[in-house]
Amino acid sequence: MSVKSKQVRIALRNCGFINPLNIHEYIAFDGYQALAKVLLNHTPDEVIDIVKESGLKGRGGGGFLTGLKWQLTRQSVSDEKYIICNADEGDPGAFMDRSILEGDPHSVIEAMAIAGYAIGAHHGIIYIRAEYPLAISRLEHAIAQAKSFGLLGKEIFDTPFNFNIELKLGAGAFVCGEETALIHSCEGNRGEPTSKPPFPSVKGYLDKPTSVNNVETFANVPAIINLGAPWFSSIGTETSKGTKVFALAGKVNKVGLIEVPMGITLKEIIYDIGGGIVNNKKFKAVQTGGPSGGVITVEDLDTPIDYESLANIGSMMGSGGMIVMDEDDCMVNIAKFYLEFTQEESCGKCTPCRLGTKRMYEILDKITSGDGDMDDINKLETLGNVIKNTALCGLGQTAPNPVLSTLHYFYDEYIAHIVDKSCPAKSCKALLKYSIDAEKCIGCTACARVCPVSCIAGKPKELHIIDQSKCISCGACYDACKFDAVIRP
Amino acid sequence: MKMINITINNKKLSVPEKSTILDAAKMLNIKIPTLCHLKLEDFGIVNKQATCRVCVVEVEGRNTLVPSCAQECVEGMVIKTDSIKAISARRANVELLLSNHPKDCLTCAKNLDCELQTIANHLNIREIHYQGEMMNYPKDESSLALIKDPNKCVMCRRCETMCNEVQTCGVLSAVNRGFDVVVSPAFNMDMINTACTYCGQCVAVCPTGALTEVNNTNKVWHALNNPNKHVIVQVAPAVRVAIGEMFDMPPGTITTGKLVSALRALEFDRVFDTDFAADLTIMEEAAELIHRIENNGTLPMLTSCCPAWVKFFEHQFPDLLDIPSTCKSPQIMFGAIAKTYYAKKANIDPKDIVVVSVMPCLAKKAEAARPELTKDDQQNVDIVITTRELGHMLHEAGIDFKHLSEEPFDEMMGESTGASVIFGTTGGVIEAAARTAYEWITKKPLEKVDFTQLRGFDGVRSATINIGDQQLRIGIAHGLGNARVLLENIQKGISQFDAIEIMACPGGCIGGGGQPYHHGDVEILKKRQMAIYQEDKNHRIRKSHENPAIKQLYKDFLGSPNSPKAHELLHTYYTPKERI
Repeated sequence: MSVKSKQVRIALRNCGFINPLNIHEYIAFDGYQALAKVLLNHTPDEVIDIVKESGLKGRGGGGFLTGLKWQLTRQSVSDEKYIICNADEGDPGAFMDRSILEGDPHSVIEAMAIAGYAIGAHHGIIYIRAEYPLAISRLEHAIAQAKSFGLLGKEIFDTPFNFNIELKLGAGAFVCGEETALIHSCEGNRGEPTSKPPFPSVKGYLDKPTSVNNVETFANVPAIINLGAPWFSSIGTETSKGTKVFALAGKVNKVGLIEVPMGITLKEIIYDIGGGIVNNKKFKAVQTGGPSGGVITVEDLDTPIDYESLANIGSMMGSGGMIVMDEDDCMVNIAKFYLEFTQEESCGKCTPCRLGTKRMYEILDKITSGDGDMDDINKLETLGNVIKNTALCGLGQTAPNPVLSTLHYFYDEYIAHIVDKSCPAKSCKALLKYSIDAEKCIGCTACARVCPVSCIAGKPKELHIIDQSKCISCGACYDACKFDAVIRP
Repeated sequence: MKMINITINNKKLSVPEKSTILDAAKMLNIKIPTLCHLKLEDFGIVNKQATCRVCVVEVEGRNTLVPSCAQECVEGMVIKTDSIKAISARRANVELLLSNHPKDCLTCAKNLDCELQTIANHLNIREIHYQGEMMNYPKDESSLALIKDPNKCVMCRRCETMCNEVQTCGVLSAVNRGFDVVVSPAFNMDMINTACTYCGQCVAVCPTGALTEVNNTNKVWHALNNPNKHVIVQVAPAVRVAIGEMFDMPPGTITTGKLVSALRALEFDRVFDTDFAADLTIMEEAAELIHRIENNGTLPMLTSCCPAWVKFFEHQFPDLLDIPSTCKSPQIMFGAIAKTYYAKKANIDPKDIVVVSVMPCLAKKAEAARPELTKDDQQNVDIVITTRELGHMLHEAGIDFKHLSEEPFDEMMGESTGASVIFGTTGGVIEAAARTAYEWITKKPLEKVDFTQLRGFDGVRSATINIGDQQLRIGIAHGLGNARVLLENIQKGISQFDAIEIMACPGGCIGGGGQPYHHGDVEILKKRQMAIYQEDKNHRIRKSHENPAIKQLYKDFLGSPNSPKAHELLHTYYTPKERI
């Protein structure tokens, strides 16, 4: 199987094929046809109907129907409305949106104009993280080109429709991917979420109705307009239409961005597209949905993936991070990694997220250090559920997912850490106890010389012994021994 | 009003549209515990942050629990406020807050007045299941008015709402992320270097000991115990209608006589009344206003009794420093007169006099130390304590306030009028000034002294008063955000006034940052205001210029209002300050 054959490119259709700095190339690939089509042939309500009929759902993570979001924003009565592109991509390892913005910026600009027409907005904002300088310069270039071509600005295609786009640079707060936080950040306020309702479609940017859509969502729109809703909805599953871009990473042979139809199985992604597990090791789990998601185990490898099925097995689509793990990955440590991320990236506004994730992280740290007790499991479960049930925004409500999901699928690993004080994946250093095989040691002193904490004692040509109380399990002795005398746990 | 049908704990009820679940539950006498929530209805003050997640309830059909303070009722909503899921989530969130909170309750300034303590008790928390790192930020003790201890902050953000939305000072806001988040001025500046007005509204609403007043009670004890010092005390109008609350008396109880007895019991050498100085302020301020009107001077004239307001306009409107009255505040006028006129009459070296003020206010603490209000290295007022601090001193001294007899103030600086007592509420200063200005301009006696058109709780009010053939256009604002609106309208030429009264705190001094904590109960403020107007009615004399002690003061010492002597002692100037 080739990497490409199972993939279907809609959002990434132009990436790598056209020169993103040349608007002519975008136009040559049907660029701005969709905008012309809607402005000249369709009413805003018809545009909304097309997008609704296509079944396109938000690709940022929530999976809310894009057409419905536009409709709700259109229905709000106001003298001014806004369309915002959420380009605050922040999941660890995810770079779908960056690639689209760098490789095909006009597709997003065109889609924003279409959305603006549909909801009745004349002003668009792209909220993009400042850490994406290339994407920013490509967007700036593309916006200037579109303006000079009359594709942005006044009376586009000689219709009464005016539309402009400005960029707002985010300072890299993960929480600003949450739409209310993003809106506050756009306004120049502290980027932190507020309770919904009111939803942005009623009261958003500058208290005006606002539709916030993700980059990948937008990238699908021109194709839907050009090829029609029936075409788009023919791809995918009953409830999730079209494709999804994933950043495939971790222990697979071929990593990178992939765009696959909804309904593909994880097995197809990992083995057919990703070329299987590195070094033919044993597959353990896939983490999807980034810090908000969970793990998927071997028993669900054949589940067709879409928004609903992933939620049913305790994970989520998220924005498209997909990390493959093998037998060497410790699931407690993975949970800890994500909790460290979310508790640092929490805005700190609500109690459960600010303090709950911190305490969960501390408990996980305790467990991976070998100091856990069985009550810690109860605490993780209780805290996890309280945070899920009471946090103010989506970031907080989903933050415990990596823990709850690993607890569900890999309970034994937690028990091993707590009861046996061992890490089955041999990944948690504090739980690795090295020892020296008396039969094999010849007393060459190599291990003692490299030990950074000088905890190996023994005279030359005599048996060496590791002082377990001082050992930091760095593994230097293991690497240094030429006689396989150091026993790795 | 449109009504909405809902079910709470299997009971059906109809509630007005826009009611929150919290409001609705109250109708069934269910008090859902709240921590960050704050709603002072009649002032339009609401803390909408919904940060603490303590008031969560179950709503049928919703996956997550819902904050009852923020969620409005929707037709057909089915709510459970007492399910195990809701109750244990509340408990867990409070435990989390406690896991990051110093457990020094017994020695905390807010002990027994702390909302976190109360809620932990009400939620039956007997063990904190979660332990871990705790916040470790330095205390900010830089200012003379308030202390900020971030380690006791629960991030309710009430202080931010007061500072930014209500007072528009913009000093306090959340900085950093996650566990490190803290409420702080920009660039971690010390409070003393900021545009903080020390209005103390952050302290008034802080549920814990994270924001408290600078405690000066020890200084008072030391002064009282120093045989070489002659210690005199003045009490502000708003103190007498609030301090009873600290001794289990109902809000709005007038305790003037008991207050005098209590201060005598503490062995102050003289117990005087700031009301006396308020009458003096009216003499000077009314004279200044009439002078400005008759000589085409700068109008409107703004009152200058409120030190938070003074600091606010110095920071925020440095180009308008010519419009406030040059009058010192009553507290400072009192000190200036005490250390000159009184010292001379009582034959005491002013250096041996210690002037103690009991104020409903934190800004008064900082005001007393302003260099403009210091003469020959002597502050006009030496020590300022709040209503709360006096309450604590009386507890400390074991004085049974509630059962004290009623005594009158000492003579010379103790006589006052109804006009001066209403200084304690919004609208009062300008009403008092109007009573005097009327008689001075028309040279006729004022028959009806109650200018009810100037009263009320609306944030910005205006009224026109007929004085003879003249009309006096009066503006009133309480709350600095409202003051800002009024001033900006003057700058833009939208509104025109002759005189404007501004008080920084919502409700005026009755709602000051140094008053007994109202814990979000706006009824308490209303009752204090009613008591103030009652106290006005109780006075035989209700016009400042008829105060015999004031007449005597001018006759013996000052000459006439706005005389050179009066200017030297009773007037001041303002200095532009930076905005940040």
